[in-house]
Amino acid sequence: MPLFDKKDKSRYATFTRRSVGMGAGMTAVFAVLAGRLYQLQIRHGDEYMVEAEDNRVSERLIAPPRGRIMDRFGVELANSRRNYRVMLVSEQASEGVAQALDTIGKVIVLSDQQKKKIMHDIAMNKKFVPVPVAENLTWDEFSRVNLHLPYLPGVQCDVGETRDYPFAQELVHILGYVASVSPQDVAHDDDPLMSMPGMRIGKRGIEKAFDKEIRGRAGASRVEVNAYGRIIRELGKDAGEPGEEIYLTIDRQVQALADQKLGDESAALVVMDVNNGDIIALSSTPGFDPNWFNVGLRNSQWHDLTTSDHKPLLNKVTSGIYPPGSTFKTAVALAAIEAGIATPDYRVTCNGRITVGNHTFNCWAWMTYHHGHGALDVEGAIKNSCDVFFYETARRVGIDRIHDAARKLGLGAPTGIELPGEHSGLMPSSEWKQRTYKQAWQAGDTLSVGIGQGYVTATPLQLVQQAARLASGKAVSPRLVHSVGGKVVPRPEATKLDFTDDALARVRSGMNKVMNEGGGTAYNWRITEPGFEMAGKTGTAQVRAYSQEEHVRGITKNSALDWKLRDHALFIGYAPVQDPKYAIVSIIEHGSTQAHPHVASARDVLLLCQQRDPSRMPAAYPSTNSASAAPPKVQGAAEPIPPQPIKAGG
Amino acid sequence: MALRPYAAAKRTLSLADKLLEVNWGLVLLICMIGVAGIAMLYSVANAHFQPWALRQMGHFALGLIVLLAAAMIDIRVWMSLAYPAYGLALLLLVAVDVVGHVGLGAQRWISLGPLDLQPSELMKIGLVLALARFLHGKSTEEVSKPIPLAVGLAMIGIPAIFVVLQPNLGTTLIIVADGCSMLFLAGLSWWWIAPTLGAAAASVPLAWRFVLHDYQKARVETFLDPESDALGKGWNITQAKIAIGSGGVAGKGFTLGTQSRLNFLPEKQTDFIWTSFCEEFGFVGALALLVLFGVVIFYGVQTAMSARSQFGRLLAMGVTLNFFFYIMINGLMVMGLIPVVGIPMPLLSYGGSAMLTVMFGFGLLMSVHIHRQVEIPRSSGGII
Repeated sequence: MPLFDKKDKSRYATFTRRSVGMGAGMTAVFAVLAGRLYQLQIRHGDEYMVEAEDNRVSERLIAPPRGRIMDRFGVELANSRRNYRVMLVSEQASEGVAQALDTIGKVIVLSDQQKKKIMHDIAMNKKFVPVPVAENLTWDEFSRVNLHLPYLPGVQCDVGETRDYPFAQELVHILGYVASVSPQDVAHDDDPLMSMPGMRIGKRGIEKAFDKEIRGRAGASRVEVNAYGRIIRELGKDAGEPGEEIYLTIDRQVQALADQKLGDESAALVVMDVNNGDIIALSSTPGFDPNWFNVGLRNSQWHDLTTSDHKPLLNKVTSGIYPPGSTFKTAVALAAIEAGIATPDYRVTCNGRITVGNHTFNCWAWMTYHHGHGALDVEGAIKNSCDVFFYETARRVGIDRIHDAARKLGLGAPTGIELPGEHSGLMPSSEWKQRTYKQAWQAGDTLSVGIGQGYVTATPLQLVQQAARLASGKAVSPRLVHSVGGKVVPRPEATKLDFTDDALARVRSGMNKVMNEGGGTAYNWRITEPGFEMAGKTGTAQVRAYSQEEHVRGITKNSALDWKLRDHALFIGYAPVQDPKYAIVSIIEHGSTQAHPHVASARDVLLLCQQRDPSRMPAAYPSTNSASAAPPKVQGAAEPIPPQPIKAGG
Repeated sequence: MALRPYAAAKRTLSLADKLLEVNWGLVLLICMIGVAGIAMLYSVANAHFQPWALRQMGHFALGLIVLLAAAMIDIRVWMSLAYPAYGLALLLLVAVDVVGHVGLGAQRWISLGPLDLQPSELMKIGLVLALARFLHGKSTEEVSKPIPLAVGLAMIGIPAIFVVLQPNLGTTLIIVADGCSMLFLAGLSWWWIAPTLGAAAASVPLAWRFVLHDYQKARVETFLDPESDALGKGWNITQAKIAIGSGGVAGKGFTLGTQSRLNFLPEKQTDFIWTSFCEEFGFVGALALLVLFGVVIFYGVQTAMSARSQFGRLLAMGVTLNFFFYIMINGLMVMGLIPVVGIPMPLLSYGGSAMLTVMFGFGLLMSVHIHRQVEIPRSSGGII
């Protein structure tokens, strides 16, 4: 057979032809590949670049340290402490989250409620985000978890930072507390910190009112993550801004004494500087430990707090509304003098009772001793707290002039203190009654108001403001916050009240006699240290209507009644008598007894307060005495703990 | 093509003649691509020679030896070995079902010492050799006759069935494409080709229903709508496209590809290595690499057309087409133009079997080139 035949030639031609065709096809495929490259890399390169960066870069929030809260001497009232936490990374929990929680539950106690919350947190976050399982563990519990760590896949132990209130319940109604972020909180605040696991925000008091300032600004760490979300390295970091520190006007020593004096009573006590309105102490008892809310309240604790008849959750100073009782007689007296009715010669004779229209009104002296006070001038009436005098005087002055005087003293309007949830009480007028009840004001209404009963109500904060205004003659209002972040909160100078000096002097004289003249209703509880003497006015607020029988035979002793039915015991005062500096109010709910022993508490607090006056203890506001905005630094105060990086495996 | 008659015209060539005749330009090209591949393996291992780059160097060096050794062997010897090679490859292919171990859900390997041997890779070369041998003696008329055609189709079909059962769809496609291309080049009549193409188009729905595995169907479905499941099955395609696209014009720079370094790319060292290359070297680099591939293929086609024996022509073209199909399927796959099938990028992807097979193929191509003037009678079966 020849090497080349015709057939060979023909198939060579076919091969060449078809090879060229396939070469063309291959070229076409390469053109498609190149075209696709052009499309992906040139046409849409920028979009894919963005997607690649999105893949690669992840922002991790850094929680700023929460600003501390200090008293006027730099004592830390709210600070941070180490928080031993156990976190769970769901993607690393090889046996599933539920199983992991069960296993952790064998090492530390986890309630079903907690487990539910953790499952929810895990569902809300990416798989690689560590979610807190348990916080604020004791060192014992924390070491136990660390010990078992090899058998707990996905569990991380770390040391974070948490809010701490070293004085527990003592300042709770000033500071408030921090607690976990609720869904409603998130809806009203677009701060990225709000969605951070384990975040706490202020829920009451200063913590709530100044939450934005104390919280600080979230830092962010730009990190490179791999496809599994694990951090490879940090690309950049914005440390954020730590929360601002707040100096309160509170003196923690005075606060402690006030808290101790009120004891287990359902009570309120406030001390206020009469010249600039600084609140020195603000106590509402019973309180509760704000640390509970941070750590996580147990159901039983919540139940106790909400069902107690002593209302521990209520800040009675700003939100408790009481009839001012006889403390209101100072306002009536002022109105009477201003109206020209209670001249120095003005006398009312108390026979124990007075009849207006069809009603007979009794003086407390009649109810107790079955005799009257006799003829009294204004000062004597204040000293003896004579009801008949003020029934008669109020009737003559009329409700609207009483209303005007009381409003000047700050009643019937919020004081504007920095705490949330303040009530305004009620200072009625004839116009008010017409507007509210569509009824004309009755003479009997005026008589009730004349002794601080009936429609008139006030908060303890308003009463201390009233005492301060009486003492200083200036329109001072209470304030709690001295400086925020080193900057002193500006405060307008208090203007002089629109009362004559003579009127104020005569009311003050009456209040002096209450304390310092034999027979005054609080003479037994006067301050005897020279130069520290106090003036004041006692009060009893009726919480029930006395029966007809009691009107005849005298009222039942409070101690013989159910606690809920006993009268409130009130006291307002100021000291020193000469050149007053501090005003005080104390209210003991259902704590009235004839001898006003609760005044002793107010006396002790007011004495301590004077002894700790800046003129004797000039160390107040160590960092903010100068106008500079340098960050506060307190000698001897603990440094804030720097945030700890999250370490896998503890 | 200018021949060098002093050597090429000889019926028998000395070893020195053959070494002179080696197309060293092609070897250089292959080395360039191989080095690019090793560099990428170094890069995707976060700039480490372990675990891939160093071993791939070994694969490549071994491959070069295989290439040159194969090139030195007379084309007629290869002709004689064609059927035994096919038989051996088929035997190994059957053996993987018995002794192969499971990798990525498919049985594909036989462990031979340090090398995991993939018989399906060998099968491609075995098939090209055997078909070239079989078709060498067939005229265009004979190729189109039912019995020779049936034999040829059987030679393609039997290994294809074993490979598809592994299951390895990508390699099956290449085997079928290689075989059919060779039948076409040997002069198969259009009267066969046209109706077959029509029937194939019609059978796609049937194959979907009865032949494809679930995971293969999933790949096709994902391909048709990758964004429907961007974090699940569409992940591979989506991330590969991001990697290529984000390379832009000039690329992110060597070892700076974030998609591969941070593990967003799946199987970055094997099937998706070219993606990393595109990411780090951009449009310019990727196009340059395509040109290198193109030149290699051009050499292959040119070699085929310059060979005087039909066996040489078919062998050269078969090897070249095999190389091309790798590039085509892998390239189209990683750029999201066809569904994901497990096919490596030749010379770039990590893997001993694929590297050795490709280099052996180039060795055969080189042998055809060196022995292009050798004439083989139609009735000849080789020289052993």
